[in-house]
Amino acid sequence: MAEYKFKMPDIGEGVVEAEITAWHVKVGDKVAEDDPVADAMTDKATVELTAPVSGVVTTLGCAEGEILAIGSDLVVFEMDGDAPVQHEEPKAEPKPAPEPAPEPKPAKTEKPTPAPKPAPVPTITPSAKPLASPAVRKAALDADIDLFLIIPSGKAGQITHEDLEAFLNGGPQKKSGSSGNLKRVGSTDINVVGMRRVISQRMQEAKRRIPHFSYVEAVDMTELEALRAHLNANREEHQPKLTLIPFFMRAICKATLLWPQCNATYDDEAGIVTQHHGVHMGMAAQTKNGLMVPVVHHAEALDVWQAAAEVARLAEAAKSGKIKPEELQGGSITLTSLGPLGGVVTTPVINRPEVAIIGPNKIVETPVVQNGQVVVRKMMNISSSFDHRWVDGFHAAEMIIYIKGLLEHPATLFMD
Amino acid sequence: MPDTLKCDVLVVGSGPGGYVAAIRAGQLGLDTIIVEKDRMGGTCLIRGCIPSKALIEAAEKFEQAGVNASGTSELGIKAGKPTLDFAQTIAWKDGITDKLSDGVTGLLKHANVRSIKGWATFTNAKSCVVDTSDGPVKIKATNVILANGSTSVELPGLLFGGPVISSTEALDLTEVPKHLAVIGAGYIGMELGIAYRKLGAEVTFIEADARILPGFDKQLTAPVAKWLRDHKVTTHTKAFANSVTSKAGKNTLNYTDKDGKKASLVADKILVTVGRKPCTKGWGLENMAIDMDGPFIKIDDKCQTAMRGVYAIGDLVGEPMLAHKASAQGEMVAEILAGHKRTFNPNAVPAVCFTDPEIISVGLTPEHVKEQGLPVDEGKFRWAANGRALTTGTADGGGFVRVLSLKENGRIVGIQAVGKHISELSGEMILAIEMGARAEDLAGTIHAHPTMSEAIMEAGFAALGRPLHST
Repeated sequence: MAEYKFKMPDIGEGVVEAEITAWHVKVGDKVAEDDPVADAMTDKATVELTAPVSGVVTTLGCAEGEILAIGSDLVVFEMDGDAPVQHEEPKAEPKPAPEPAPEPKPAKTEKPTPAPKPAPVPTITPSAKPLASPAVRKAALDADIDLFLIIPSGKAGQITHEDLEAFLNGGPQKKSGSSGNLKRVGSTDINVVGMRRVISQRMQEAKRRIPHFSYVEAVDMTELEALRAHLNANREEHQPKLTLIPFFMRAICKATLLWPQCNATYDDEAGIVTQHHGVHMGMAAQTKNGLMVPVVHHAEALDVWQAAAEVARLAEAAKSGKIKPEELQGGSITLTSLGPLGGVVTTPVINRPEVAIIGPNKIVETPVVQNGQVVVRKMMNISSSFDHRWVDGFHAAEMIIYIKGLLEHPATLFMD
Repeated sequence: MPDTLKCDVLVVGSGPGGYVAAIRAGQLGLDTIIVEKDRMGGTCLIRGCIPSKALIEAAEKFEQAGVNASGTSELGIKAGKPTLDFAQTIAWKDGITDKLSDGVTGLLKHANVRSIKGWATFTNAKSCVVDTSDGPVKIKATNVILANGSTSVELPGLLFGGPVISSTEALDLTEVPKHLAVIGAGYIGMELGIAYRKLGAEVTFIEADARILPGFDKQLTAPVAKWLRDHKVTTHTKAFANSVTSKAGKNTLNYTDKDGKKASLVADKILVTVGRKPCTKGWGLENMAIDMDGPFIKIDDKCQTAMRGVYAIGDLVGEPMLAHKASAQGEMVAEILAGHKRTFNPNAVPAVCFTDPEIISVGLTPEHVKEQGLPVDEGKFRWAANGRALTTGTADGGGFVRVLSLKENGRIVGIQAVGKHISELSGEMILAIEMGARAEDLAGTIHAHPTMSEAIMEAGFAALGRPLHST
């Protein structure tokens, strides 16, 4: 018997610690080499760590949700026979998470006999659905009552006919003669771990360190919308459908030529601002785990079609968890759009260490006075925030007004 | 072309899904037509569940008579050597299926359902042409219930025909084969293989998986494996059937054994039972604009397809491909069409395997609870400690009842059992799970003595950690 200490591997440049978001093994488990043992998450990516050896797990380095330093003991294995010489730290292959479960390998490739169908797998979901007899379920369905709303009286959480009856009669509060709506009791504690903890820390740092200056301007989008509709109606089959995003990107790329201080990163510890020549545009995207900001590198070199395709690709990769760590890094300015939600005004939070973030709001058909006439125009607000330590309000306003001009006269977007 | 028939509900297929849907629709006053190419009853009644149970029963009786003749009966019964008139056995079985099929016809008639005999081919989602003996009949329906069922899966290299038979032919043989090879040791192959062994055939199984009845856990299948060993049934696991060659009336089955070596055996009949597939071809499904879910038709929790007013039930819509699921869906869809609020939302669908001994599985198994990380208490009770089971011979083959209840609140999430003649006990098990019973409910219900059902109560006690009749 020999012991093998699997140390927390170095999973990326500059990473000194990682959060163990999930264990795939527990003490006593027999693990084969290359079996996944844990998910480790840094502020860059989530990595699946696999066992470097086969053996029985005797110790886990921390609890789920805890942070472990690179090089500390992650898992201790007990192995049959002699331990292999423990070379330098095994380097984990950084893989974006969540990794889909590996497809089971077919037993034999040339197998002529398909395996018999497995016996029917019983369907039962102990906690996912309310527990009630078929008759109670039917009565609830007839009364259009979702059984989730009913407080069960059974010891195993069974909902009885009496519980349903009580609910239909206005619930327990009925006696006090109130509205008949049930009080919602209790609360739920949620550990802030994983991606949410990263989001939380970054937001906290951005707001704590950066004095935000926000500016909102109204833009007449009628012309640009007409252009976009025309392009979409006449696009080639291989071309993606255009949203407004590629046009915003183009406008920002043009504007940052004139206001290069907005396309920058501010290392406030060192006291150095780096103005970037290329425009690396962060695209705020909602995923099921929370906010992610994939980066379109060198947005200035893309035409609107290429930009649309790249944005779509990154959004999909972010949503499906297949995004690469480098695709989440290196932004120089961020575009944040709530899409069809839009809103009237937003106060975007700067994606530190960047210094500017621009968030278009929703287009609304609005009566506008033009030449003494009230006409209907497609109006949209652009909200923006700047790091006021570095960008002066005057210049910020100038840049946004310039962007407004580009968007209102779309031909200028494409003129040098 | 005759006039187009119109109806509220058109049911295609008269298996346990279709005929139940049609009867219920008729009872609810919906103008209903059912189309069936064959006799009423579908696979289940005509060439599946029922005829195989008849054969299994006859085989069991014949085997017992053989034991009596051998003078080894522990009960002290002695009799002369039995003989088998297999043609009579098959005729008896046919009598049962006839009775049931006629019964279904009568029930449909009583429910005012119009029956049309022929093959329906859909031209669009709500219209079909039925090829009847009197020529084509057009039907246009407001709602359609597809219950076309399933067929046996064929193996490339072993197409059905000649000595290679499916379960359908295995239920209609004219004589008991001397040597029956069964490809696929799932529940269908196992049931028929064991029956033919009891009727005197030499039986060999070829199974691709590492063990027989791979859908059930090892504890449940161990008594069946023991029966096979005791009765000199050969089982080749991890083996793959390749082809059959027939020469001079001798059929050779070529297969690859578990070591990857070529092997062969000689058999009179080769029964292929490697699963069933939904009947989705040859009746115009492609004209109906319906979404698929793999090989199956995609449905929602009301069995409605992607096309409004078109429903699909039973084997067409996926696993489990079991008659009782089809019937439950059929009954539900008929009620939905009559305006009732229903969803298909069972807590569990039971599976019963009529091997020797028989297997029941309801709800979650120990493997499932492990996968889902559910903390459970397991209560197990062996037939050997149940008085009635000793008198009926149920205890002979080993076996047990197993109850799984949640540690958190005692709710029963799974019950499995294996033992001779126990399939009839499945009702209480499924009712317990469907009603959300706790282990205490099983233990606290007075079960009649002496019956085998007491074992379920005892398993409930065992799950609570205080068994009475075991240690």
